[in-house]
Amino acid sequence: MSQVRFISGDEAFALGVSLARVQVISAYPITPQTIVVERLADMVEEGELDSKFVHVESEHSAMMTAMGVSAMGARAFTATSSQGLLYMAECLGYVSGGRFPIVMMNANRATALPWSIYGDHRDSLSQLDCGWIQIYVEDAQEALDMAIQGYALAESENIRLPVMVNLDGFVLTHTYEKVNIPDRETIDAFLPKRNTWDKLDLDNPVSMAFTVGPELNEEFNLLHHKASINALGELARIDKEYAKITGRSYGNAVKGYRTEDAEYVLISLGSISGLVRDAVDRLRKEGIKAGAIKIRMMRPFPKDEIAALTKNVLAIGVIDKDISFGYEGTVYTNVNSALLQKKIYIPSYNFIGGIGGRDVSVDNIESCFKEMINADTKETVRFMGLEVIDDC
Amino acid sequence: MIRPSITEKNKIEKLSRLPQGGSCKAGVLIEKNAGWRNKCPVYNPDKCTGCYQCYMYCPDGVISKEGKGISIDYDFCKGCGICEKICKLQAIVMEGET
Repeated sequence: MSQVRFISGDEAFALGVSLARVQVISAYPITPQTIVVERLADMVEEGELDSKFVHVESEHSAMMTAMGVSAMGARAFTATSSQGLLYMAECLGYVSGGRFPIVMMNANRATALPWSIYGDHRDSLSQLDCGWIQIYVEDAQEALDMAIQGYALAESENIRLPVMVNLDGFVLTHTYEKVNIPDRETIDAFLPKRNTWDKLDLDNPVSMAFTVGPELNEEFNLLHHKASINALGELARIDKEYAKITGRSYGNAVKGYRTEDAEYVLISLGSISGLVRDAVDRLRKEGIKAGAIKIRMMRPFPKDEIAALTKNVLAIGVIDKDISFGYEGTVYTNVNSALLQKKIYIPSYNFIGGIGGRDVSVDNIESCFKEMINADTKETVRFMGLEVIDDC
Repeated sequence: MIRPSITEKNKIEKLSRLPQGGSCKAGVLIEKNAGWRNKCPVYNPDKCTGCYQCYMYCPDGVISKEGKGISIDYDFCKGCGICEKICKLQAIVMEGET
């Protein structure tokens, strides 16, 4: 029987990892990821989870240990955040290019400087090009469910890529919520033990993590690219299968809210999406045709799904907890490119907010909609919720 | 010990012919690698007692046990001469490459 517990996002993720029967956990603690690692260490210590816990000296080693584990055909888990993610950046491409299906939790946190332990998306969005699948969850329940679904996705025969599941630092990692925890038998049936031909095996020796010269290197990258794109369809398929056993469905890589007749749509990632839906409901009461799109997956990027939801829209806005200095938010860049490719020529605005843990209120979000409606085009990229007057 | 033989290099014409996961079959050799050898180990089985010091020390793994003695894979021997140095009975002598 499944049970309901009142737990934080980190604890929910740790329980998801435990249900996925991960065989080796290698991680280095960093706020706000620490609790997921502590809970898993407890489970291993108390014998609840039959897994090896490897204490490593850095995030670089955490990722390389996970790669070694995966190369042995076992199921590996690691977790990090912010500077830790950047420290292991070199290893991310090794793991994705080598097609090792590791799942990593990343607690989204600002990157230095200025130093901050609070949340924004600059850490993970800086690693969009590293070849991993990137998922952003909205609440603790989705965190637990995506820890489990993450392995199903990563280990799919036509994908074989690592998956990074992102939780907003503190807002999700440290906030307690009611979470439904599936029972072991249900998840064992959904996610059997990893069984792969692609491993270090004396009886069937393989070459792994090989060098490829210019004569075929591009082709290997094309294969990697195609495998990543496969994750769009596979995520939707896995979601349906998971819904059958748990009753919970999150849809595909994007989720629209009141978009059917929407004229103004705001696009967001992660935990802020609920607030955007609240703002949409408030504006609808005023007669404004507002809508929201939540992007669940940044890589592969669901360009067709986004375009399909914005066909009859007058203007779109993108909330970015990120700024690519000197240009704009990275989600905005990606969304604009998707619309352009689909020949959807509508005004678009970028609202930079929630940087370094700055709270974003429903009023802030309402004013984003108002700015789109008033077609205030002086600046398409603007910082919202500033506490001081911008006179520079 | 797995000693792969030289196989012909196949031209890959389709993406589907490339390894689709992260690995490919190990032990596939498509070319010899002995071109920079300028001295060649010559084995005299009459002097060999089968101590296998040369087999142990060869940094390229080209010396194999064979019967009571050894054999040398000249397709991959780089001619470093460690086998000559380690053999106290001069059962291996480095000679000029012919």
